[in-house]
Amino acid sequence: MKSKIRIAGLFTACAFIIYGFTRGEALVVLNKAVNICLECIGLG
Amino acid sequence: MDKNMKLPFAIKRKLLQIIAFGCSNSHLLNFKGGKLYTGKWKQFCNPGLNCYSCPAAGFACPIGALQAVNGSRQFSFSFYVTGLLLAFGVLLGRAVCGWLCPFGLLQELIHKIPSPKRKLKKGFLYLKYVVLVVFVLILPVAVTDYMGMGKPAFCQYICPAGTLEGGLSLLLAHESLRKAVGGLFSLKMTILVLTLLGCVFFYRFFCRTLCPLGAIYGLFNKVSIFHLEVDSHKCVGCGNCKKTCGMEVDPVKTPDSAECIRCGACADTCPTGAIHLGFSAKCSKTLPL
Ligand code: SF4
Ligand code: SF4
Repeated sequence: MKSKIRIAGLFTACAFIIYGFTRGEALVVLNKAVNICLECIGLG
Repeated sequence: MDKNMKLPFAIKRKLLQIIAFGCSNSHLLNFKGGKLYTGKWKQFCNPGLNCYSCPAAGFACPIGALQAVNGSRQFSFSFYVTGLLLAFGVLLGRAVCGWLCPFGLLQELIHKIPSPKRKLKKGFLYLKYVVLVVFVLILPVAVTDYMGMGKPAFCQYICPAGTLEGGLSLLLAHESLRKAVGGLFSLKMTILVLTLLGCVFFYRFFCRTLCPLGAIYGLFNKVSIFHLEVDSHKCVGCGNCKKTCGMEVDPVKTPDSAECIRCGACADTCPTGAIHLGFSAKCSKTLPL
Protein backbone atom coordinates (compact mmCIF):
# COMPACT_ATOMS: atom_id res chain seq x y z
CA MET A 1 0.00 0.00 0.00
CA LYS A 2 2.74 2.43 1.03
CA SER A 3 4.69 1.83 -2.15
CA LYS A 4 1.59 2.55 -4.24
CA ILE A 5 1.11 5.87 -2.40
CA ARG A 6 4.78 6.71 -2.94
CA ILE A 7 4.62 6.00 -6.67
CA ALA A 8 1.37 7.96 -7.04
CA GLY A 9 2.89 10.83 -5.02
CA LEU A 10 6.05 11.00 -7.12
CA PHE A 11 4.08 10.72 -10.35
CA THR A 12 1.76 13.55 -9.28
CA ALA A 13 4.75 15.63 -8.16
CA CYS A 14 6.43 15.27 -11.57
CA ALA A 15 3.20 16.13 -13.40
CA PHE A 16 2.63 19.21 -11.18
CA ILE A 17 6.23 20.43 -11.59
CA ILE A 18 6.17 20.07 -15.38
CA TYR A 19 2.72 21.67 -15.73
CA GLY A 20 3.57 24.54 -13.37
CA PHE A 21 6.92 25.14 -15.02
CA THR A 22 5.52 25.20 -18.55
CA ARG A 23 2.74 27.65 -17.66
CA GLY A 24 5.33 30.11 -16.31
CA GLU A 25 5.14 29.74 -12.53
CA ALA A 26 8.93 29.41 -12.23
CA LEU A 27 9.26 32.90 -13.74
CA VAL A 28 7.00 34.31 -11.01
CA VAL A 29 9.24 32.59 -8.44
CA LEU A 30 12.38 33.92 -10.14
CA ASN A 31 11.02 37.44 -10.33
CA LYS A 32 10.13 37.40 -6.62
CA ALA A 33 13.43 35.82 -5.57
CA VAL A 34 15.83 38.13 -7.42
CA ASN A 35 14.31 41.34 -6.03
CA ILE A 36 14.47 42.41 -2.39
CA CYS A 37 11.21 41.25 -0.83
CA LEU A 38 10.04 44.03 1.52
CA GLU A 39 7.71 41.63 3.35
CA CYS A 40 10.55 39.18 4.07
CA ILE A 41 12.79 41.85 5.54
CA GLY A 42 10.01 43.39 7.63
CA LEU A 43 9.37 46.62 5.72
CA GLY A 44 6.43 45.69 3.48
CA MET B 1 32.65 -0.89 5.35
CA ASP B 2 32.68 -3.02 8.51
CA LYS B 3 29.34 -2.59 10.33
CA ASN B 4 31.12 -1.58 13.56
CA MET B 5 33.07 1.10 11.71
CA LYS B 6 29.95 2.86 10.39
CA LEU B 7 29.92 6.60 11.02
CA PRO B 8 27.32 7.60 13.63
CA PHE B 9 24.31 9.50 12.29
CA ALA B 10 25.33 12.48 14.42
CA ILE B 11 28.50 12.97 12.33
CA LYS B 12 27.01 12.11 8.95
CA ARG B 13 24.13 14.46 9.62
CA LYS B 14 26.26 17.38 10.79
CA LEU B 15 28.43 17.05 7.66
CA LEU B 16 25.42 17.05 5.37
CA GLN B 17 23.82 19.95 7.25
CA ILE B 18 26.97 22.03 6.76
CA ILE B 19 27.19 21.11 3.07
CA ALA B 20 23.47 21.94 2.58
CA PHE B 21 23.92 25.25 4.41
CA GLY B 22 26.85 26.12 2.13
CA CYS B 23 25.03 25.10 -1.07
CA SER B 24 21.94 27.12 -0.10
CA ASN B 25 24.03 30.18 0.80
CA SER B 26 27.01 30.17 -1.53
CA HIS B 27 27.01 33.85 -2.57
CA LEU B 28 28.77 35.18 0.51
CA LEU B 29 30.42 38.11 -1.31
CA ASN B 30 26.97 39.65 -1.84
CA PHE B 31 26.85 40.55 1.86
CA LYS B 32 29.44 43.26 1.17
CA GLY B 33 27.27 45.40 -1.09
CA GLY B 34 23.92 44.18 0.26
CA LYS B 35 23.01 42.73 -3.17
CA LEU B 36 21.00 39.63 -4.01
CA TYR B 37 22.08 36.82 -6.34
CA THR B 38 19.98 37.26 -9.48
CA GLY B 39 20.86 34.20 -11.57
CA LYS B 40 18.55 31.58 -13.08
CA TRP B 41 19.03 29.08 -10.21
CA LYS B 42 16.71 31.21 -8.13
CA GLN B 43 13.69 29.84 -9.99
CA PHE B 44 14.33 26.55 -8.17
CA CYS B 45 13.38 26.03 -4.55
CA ASN B 46 15.58 24.95 -1.71
CA PRO B 47 14.11 21.92 0.12
CA GLY B 48 14.52 23.69 3.50
CA LEU B 49 13.60 27.15 4.79
CA ASN B 50 16.09 29.75 3.54
CA CYS B 51 15.06 33.33 2.81
CA TYR B 52 15.56 34.37 -0.83
CA SER B 53 16.14 37.93 0.28
CA CYS B 54 19.33 36.80 2.01
CA PRO B 55 22.27 38.15 -0.05
CA ALA B 56 23.99 34.75 0.04
CA ALA B 57 20.95 32.70 -1.03
CA GLY B 58 21.30 30.80 -4.29
CA PHE B 59 17.77 29.36 -4.46
CA ALA B 60 14.20 30.40 -3.68
CA CYS B 61 12.54 29.66 -0.35
CA PRO B 62 9.71 27.13 -0.93
CA ILE B 63 7.32 28.84 1.51
CA GLY B 64 8.03 32.28 0.03
CA ALA B 65 7.66 30.87 -3.50
CA LEU B 66 4.35 29.17 -2.68
CA GLN B 67 2.88 32.42 -1.34
CA ALA B 68 4.32 34.44 -4.25
CA VAL B 69 2.69 32.27 -6.93
CA ASN B 70 -0.59 31.70 -5.06
CA GLY B 71 -0.88 35.45 -4.44
CA SER B 72 0.16 36.53 -7.94
CA ARG B 73 -2.15 38.08 -10.49
CA GLN B 74 -1.71 35.27 -13.04
CA PHE B 75 -2.15 32.22 -10.79
CA SER B 76 -4.08 31.30 -7.67
CA PHE B 77 -2.52 27.88 -7.12
CA SER B 78 1.09 26.87 -7.62
CA PHE B 79 1.41 23.45 -9.23
CA TYR B 80 5.16 24.01 -9.53
CA VAL B 81 5.93 24.65 -5.85
CA THR B 82 3.31 22.14 -4.64
CA GLY B 83 4.91 19.53 -6.91
CA LEU B 84 8.37 20.28 -5.53
CA LEU B 85 7.11 20.01 -1.94
CA LEU B 86 5.31 16.77 -2.79
CA ALA B 87 8.49 15.31 -4.31
CA PHE B 88 10.70 16.35 -1.36
CA GLY B 89 8.03 15.08 1.05
CA VAL B 90 7.56 11.65 -0.55
CA LEU B 91 11.31 11.12 -0.92
CA LEU B 92 12.50 12.45 2.44
CA GLY B 93 9.61 13.50 4.71
CA ARG B 94 10.92 15.49 7.66
CA ALA B 95 14.46 14.31 7.00
CA VAL B 96 14.60 17.59 5.05
CA CYS B 97 14.30 19.39 8.42
CA GLY B 98 16.88 17.18 10.10
CA TRP B 99 19.47 16.96 7.35
CA LEU B 100 19.03 19.78 4.83
CA CYS B 101 17.40 22.84 6.38
CA PRO B 102 19.79 25.78 6.98
CA PHE B 103 17.52 27.35 9.62
CA GLY B 104 17.33 23.97 11.37
CA LEU B 105 21.13 23.86 11.69
CA LEU B 106 21.13 27.39 13.06
CA GLN B 107 18.58 26.44 15.73
CA GLU B 108 20.63 23.43 16.78
CA LEU B 109 23.75 25.57 17.18
CA ILE B 110 21.82 28.11 19.29
CA HIS B 111 20.51 25.27 21.47
CA LYS B 112 24.13 24.46 22.38
CA ILE B 113 24.31 27.68 24.45
CA PRO B 114 24.55 26.42 28.06
CA SER B 115 21.17 26.84 29.82
CA PRO B 116 18.51 24.71 31.50
CA LYS B 117 16.81 22.69 28.74
CA ARG B 118 13.02 22.44 28.81
CA LYS B 119 10.33 20.15 27.39
CA LEU B 120 7.68 21.68 25.13
CA LYS B 121 3.96 21.45 26.01
CA LYS B 122 2.23 19.32 23.37
CA GLY B 123 -0.33 22.02 22.50
CA PHE B 124 2.39 24.24 20.98
CA LEU B 125 3.06 21.59 18.32
CA TYR B 126 -0.29 22.33 16.66
CA LEU B 127 0.45 26.02 16.21
CA LYS B 128 2.50 25.38 13.07
CA TYR B 129 -0.54 23.88 11.32
CA VAL B 130 -2.54 27.03 12.08
CA VAL B 131 0.36 29.13 10.71
CA LEU B 132 0.44 26.99 7.55
CA VAL B 133 -3.29 27.19 6.86
CA VAL B 134 -3.91 30.83 7.84
CA PHE B 135 -0.69 32.67 6.91
CA VAL B 136 0.64 30.57 4.01
CA LEU B 137 -2.47 29.16 2.31
CA ILE B 138 -5.41 31.49 3.07
CA LEU B 139 -4.23 35.09 3.58
CA PRO B 140 -2.01 35.44 0.46
CA VAL B 141 -4.98 34.40 -1.73
CA ALA B 142 -7.87 35.93 0.22
CA VAL B 143 -6.46 39.40 0.96
CA THR B 144 -5.59 41.12 -2.30
CA ASP B 145 -4.99 44.71 -3.44
CA TYR B 146 -6.82 46.56 -6.24
CA MET B 147 -4.60 44.78 -8.79
CA GLY B 148 -5.57 41.37 -7.48
CA MET B 149 -2.22 40.69 -5.84
CA GLY B 150 -1.88 39.11 -2.41
CA LYS B 151 0.98 39.54 0.05
CA PRO B 152 3.07 36.73 1.53
CA ALA B 153 1.53 36.94 5.03
CA PHE B 154 3.88 34.42 6.66
CA CYS B 155 6.94 36.36 5.42
CA GLN B 156 5.33 39.68 6.29
CA TYR B 157 4.21 38.99 9.86
CA ILE B 158 6.13 35.97 11.15
CA CYS B 159 9.17 34.52 9.38
CA PRO B 160 12.19 34.99 11.69
CA ALA B 161 14.48 33.49 9.02
CA GLY B 162 13.62 36.39 6.71
CA THR B 163 14.22 38.96 9.44
CA LEU B 164 17.57 37.43 10.36
CA GLU B 165 18.97 36.39 6.97
CA GLY B 166 17.43 39.06 4.75
CA GLY B 167 16.27 41.90 7.01
CA LEU B 168 19.27 42.46 9.24
CA SER B 169 21.90 41.97 6.55
CA LEU B 170 20.18 44.27 4.03
CA LEU B 171 19.40 46.92 6.62
CA LEU B 172 23.05 46.98 7.67
CA ALA B 173 24.08 47.54 4.05
CA HIS B 174 21.46 50.12 2.95
CA GLU B 175 20.75 53.38 4.73
CA SER B 176 17.62 53.93 2.61
CA LEU B 177 16.12 50.70 3.98
CA ARG B 178 17.06 51.65 7.56
CA LYS B 179 15.07 54.87 7.13
CA ALA B 180 11.96 52.83 6.22
CA VAL B 181 11.94 50.80 9.44
CA GLY B 182 8.60 50.94 11.26
CA GLY B 183 6.13 49.01 13.41
CA LEU B 184 6.13 45.92 11.18
CA PHE B 185 9.87 45.57 11.55
CA SER B 186 9.56 45.88 15.34
CA LEU B 187 6.96 43.08 15.31
CA LYS B 188 9.22 40.85 13.24
CA MET B 189 12.27 41.64 15.38
CA THR B 190 10.27 40.72 18.50
CA ILE B 191 9.32 37.38 16.92
CA LEU B 192 12.95 36.82 15.91
CA VAL B 193 14.28 37.52 19.42
CA LEU B 194 11.60 35.33 21.04
CA THR B 195 12.36 32.55 18.55
CA LEU B 196 16.10 32.69 19.19
CA LEU B 197 15.51 32.73 22.96
CA GLY B 198 13.09 29.81 22.60
CA CYS B 199 15.77 27.86 20.70
CA VAL B 200 18.20 28.29 23.61
CA PHE B 201 15.81 26.52 26.01
CA PHE B 202 13.84 24.23 23.69
CA TYR B 203 15.35 21.98 21.01
CA ARG B 204 14.35 23.31 17.53
CA PHE B 205 11.75 25.64 19.02
CA PHE B 206 10.81 27.24 15.67
CA CYS B 207 10.59 23.91 13.78
CA ARG B 208 8.22 22.50 16.34
CA THR B 209 5.97 25.48 16.99
CA LEU B 210 5.86 27.78 13.97
CA CYS B 211 7.47 26.35 10.84
CA PRO B 212 4.90 25.76 8.06
CA LEU B 213 7.44 23.77 6.08
CA GLY B 214 7.95 21.40 9.01
CA ALA B 215 4.15 21.07 9.21
CA ILE B 216 4.01 20.08 5.51
CA TYR B 217 6.91 17.60 5.58
CA GLY B 218 5.66 16.05 8.86
CA LEU B 219 2.49 14.95 7.04
CA PHE B 220 4.66 12.83 4.73
CA ASN B 221 6.50 10.92 7.50
CA LYS B 222 3.95 8.09 7.29
CA VAL B 223 4.75 7.38 3.64
CA SER B 224 8.18 8.89 2.93
CA ILE B 225 10.75 6.61 1.29
CA PHE B 226 13.44 7.69 3.78
CA HIS B 227 11.98 6.24 6.97
CA LEU B 228 12.65 4.83 10.43
CA GLU B 229 12.04 1.23 11.55
CA VAL B 230 12.38 -0.41 14.94
CA ASP B 231 13.20 -4.14 14.78
CA SER B 232 10.86 -5.99 17.15
CA HIS B 233 13.33 -8.90 17.43
CA LYS B 234 16.13 -6.63 18.67
CA CYS B 235 14.35 -4.03 20.85
CA VAL B 236 14.69 -4.79 24.58
CA GLY B 237 12.48 -1.90 25.68
CA CYS B 238 15.20 0.04 27.53
CA GLY B 239 13.73 3.44 26.56
CA ASN B 240 17.10 5.03 25.68
CA CYS B 241 15.76 6.18 22.31
CA LYS B 242 12.86 8.12 23.82
CA LYS B 243 15.15 9.75 26.40
CA THR B 244 17.64 10.83 23.73
CA CYS B 245 15.16 12.29 21.25
CA GLY B 246 15.33 16.09 21.19
CA MET B 247 11.98 16.23 19.38
CA GLU B 248 10.38 14.28 22.26
CA VAL B 249 9.29 11.38 20.05
CA ASP B 250 9.12 7.75 21.19
CA PRO B 251 10.24 5.92 18.03
CA VAL B 252 9.16 2.55 19.44
CA LYS B 253 5.56 3.72 19.72
CA THR B 254 5.36 6.25 16.86
CA PRO B 255 8.17 5.68 14.34
CA ASP B 256 6.26 7.76 11.78
CA SER B 257 5.51 10.68 14.12
CA ALA B 258 5.11 13.99 12.28
CA GLU B 259 7.61 15.46 14.75
CA CYS B 260 10.45 13.04 13.91
CA ILE B 261 13.12 14.82 11.86
CA ARG B 262 14.94 11.52 11.15
CA CYS B 263 18.07 12.78 12.89
CA GLY B 264 19.19 9.30 13.92
CA ALA B 265 20.10 10.22 17.51
CA CYS B 266 17.91 7.34 18.70
CA ALA B 267 19.62 4.88 16.33
CA ASP B 268 23.04 6.03 17.60
CA THR B 269 22.04 5.46 21.21
CA CYS B 270 20.17 2.15 20.85
CA PRO B 271 22.28 -0.53 22.62
CA THR B 272 21.01 -3.38 20.44
CA GLY B 273 21.02 -1.64 17.04
CA ALA B 274 17.26 -2.08 16.77
CA ILE B 275 16.62 1.23 15.01
CA HIS B 276 17.14 1.44 11.28
CA LEU B 277 17.01 4.69 9.36
CA GLY B 278 17.27 4.78 5.59
CA PHE B 279 15.65 4.40 2.18
CA SER B 280 15.31 0.60 2.20
CA ALA B 281 13.24 -1.68 4.47
CA LYS B 282 15.62 -3.67 6.70
CA CYS B 283 13.53 -5.36 9.42
CA SER B 284 11.25 -8.37 8.91
CA LYS B 285 9.05 -7.37 11.88
CA THR B 286 8.78 -3.81 13.11
CA LEU B 287 7.41 -2.01 16.16
CA PRO B 288 4.73 -1.06 17.12
CA LEU B 289 3.30 -4.56 16.65
S1 SF4 C 1 12.75 9.63 16.90
FE1 SF4 C 1 14.96 9.36 16.52
S2 SF4 C 1 15.27 10.08 14.42
FE2 SF4 C 1 13.27 10.87 15.12
S3 SF4 C 1 13.73 12.92 15.91
FE3 SF4 C 1 13.79 11.48 17.66
S4 SF4 C 1 15.95 10.89 17.83
FE4 SF4 C 1 15.69 11.82 15.81
S1 SF4 D 1 16.94 2.24 22.56
FE1 SF4 D 1 16.70 0.48 21.22
S2 SF4 D 1 16.35 -1.26 22.58
FE2 SF4 D 1 16.01 0.59 23.79
S3 SF4 D 1 13.77 0.93 23.62
FE3 SF4 D 1 14.75 2.15 22.00
S4 SF4 D 1 14.69 0.79 20.20
FE4 SF4 D 1 14.32 -0.50 22.01
